[in-house]
Amino acid sequence: MTDTEGPDSESTVVIWVTEGTWRASVDAALRLAPPGAPVTLLHVIPAELPEAAHGAYLGLFGRGRPDRDPGPRVAELAEASAGELLDAAASRLGRPCRRAEHRGVPEREVVSAAAGAALLIVARDGDRSRLGPKSLGKATRFVVDHAPCPVLVVWPGPAPAVGTIPPHPPGPPRAPRGNRPPTPIS
Amino acid sequence: MAALIAVLGWAVWRPRGWPEAVAAVPAAAVVIATGAISAQDAGAEARRLGPVIGFLAAVLVLAQLCDDEGLFRVCGVWLARTSAGRPRRLLTLVFAVASVITAVLSLDATVVLLTPVVFATAARLEVRAKPHLYACTHLSNSASLLLPVSNLTNLLAFSVSGLAFARFAGLMALPWLAVIGTEYAVFRWFFASDLEQGAVEPRAPQQEAQPARDAGQQAAGVPVFALAVVALTLAGFVVTSAAGINPAWAALAGAVILGARALARHRTSVTALATAADVPFLLFVLGLGIVVRAVTGNGLGRALGPLVPAGTSAPALLGIAALAAVLANVINNLPAVLVLLPLAAPAGAGAILAVLLGTNIGPNLTYTGSLATLLWRRVLRQRGSGPSLWEFTRLGLLTVPAGLIIAVLALWAALHAGGG
Repeated sequence: MTDTEGPDSESTVVIWVTEGTWRASVDAALRLAPPGAPVTLLHVIPAELPEAAHGAYLGLFGRGRPDRDPGPRVAELAEASAGELLDAAASRLGRPCRRAEHRGVPEREVVSAAAGAALLIVARDGDRSRLGPKSLGKATRFVVDHAPCPVLVVWPGPAPAVGTIPPHPPGPPRAPRGNRPPTPIS
Repeated sequence: MAALIAVLGWAVWRPRGWPEAVAAVPAAAVVIATGAISAQDAGAEARRLGPVIGFLAAVLVLAQLCDDEGLFRVCGVWLARTSAGRPRRLLTLVFAVASVITAVLSLDATVVLLTPVVFATAARLEVRAKPHLYACTHLSNSASLLLPVSNLTNLLAFSVSGLAFARFAGLMALPWLAVIGTEYAVFRWFFASDLEQGAVEPRAPQQEAQPARDAGQQAAGVPVFALAVVALTLAGFVVTSAAGINPAWAALAGAVILGARALARHRTSVTALATAADVPFLLFVLGLGIVVRAVTGNGLGRALGPLVPAGTSAPALLGIAALAAVLANVINNLPAVLVLLPLAAPAGAGAILAVLLGTNIGPNLTYTGSLATLLWRRVLRQRGSGPSLWEFTRLGLLTVPAGLIIAVLALWAALHAGGG
């Protein structure tokens, strides 16, 4: 974890850099972030992945050779990959920015890192074939729900057409409301 | 009993990273010295375990030599190319590779050698690594049903089952496929959202940087020789076993051929080969075997005996598998299989294989393979908040019971189709 305090200034734009969808988030920042606003590129390595690999090795009873434990190897590979991802994002952004490499539960790290930011940019990462709640994965849903700052949610590719929304389900019959002429106040 | 607790406790605790054999071998000496097990019985157990341990050592060396020959690196390259960066296709391929590697080169190979390669591949393709990494850890257990060499538990069971190598594989093929199918269906559903994710455009410049850094060796070509030796060794298992020779000799021959070539080409050293054979681990297995034998002979066997269902009807097989899964989850599947084998053996090969279904599928319930290890990790991490693997546990709750039931039914069908 390179930093734990939030962004350095209240005008900071935080971009959550995630595998596969970071380009759209960076492009959105280039298009929509106020010029000159400081940018933080944030990436979170899920701590459970090295832990799961380590756990699998612990499950192999009796093989007490720490040098063969895949947990640290996976952690090392994850660090390297995160570094490359942030490098690529920084070069696409093409302007000075701060890099924040966190480790932990991604959604919680993002929420706490966004405290005090002017804007948090995230990409949709769920079922992107149609408009709707499922276009947000579990972690992104959590971030959108709990972010302590304004959130910009972008489509990683072109947004699906409005026609992809399922038709409105026929509800129970209701008394017509709202279209009545306003009753004069006596 | 105290000796067993000491051995198992030590193996869970691993003080100062000392080998588990440091406790297991003296414990075995103590049970012999105190007369908890007679010298003859201990000798008989050692004679039974000897070939098993030799077999295990040969397979461990074989897997390490395959890694030295670049087999796992090539796997990573192949996974990346064939999946074309599509997460669902990658998951299918990871399932295929992890199942085959586990079956042929044992679960150690999947956990130690394949898992980091799969992670690196997913990272390079910019797909979420979690489903693929969890697939490796799950399949290292549940896909270790097929061959006697896939898991140490299988080797132990194989040595008492009286089955030929080919017959063992024939009976386990259907349960193996059934469990992998169940896991695959659950993974596709459970990780549906993570598997949506895919790289929009490949990140070309860095693409080759990772494997080079990873391996630090020459460019990856398909290790034809290593694959041929592994294939011949497999054939050797079937042939030797059919001829009444212990298939451990075939494993030894495979390891010697591949080892000699690697030595001649200076790709490995005698020390590296000895390290790969993991002598402390082999001693641990021997010590644990003798201690368990002493404990089962002194009451534990009688206590557990009534819990083991008799016969090989489908409900009885399910009961045996469930009991084995529970025992495996309490401490670990290695002591569980040692305890249960003598109890299940009188009911025949079907009951022995049902024990294996439980001990091999069951550990997926927790990410450390057993509650004891899990609780100990909790104790260690009490100060810091370690990562929660609740998602892994939920995945285990979905796959383990379903996998067990389906595998037992498949085993029952295989037993009946083959005339018992």
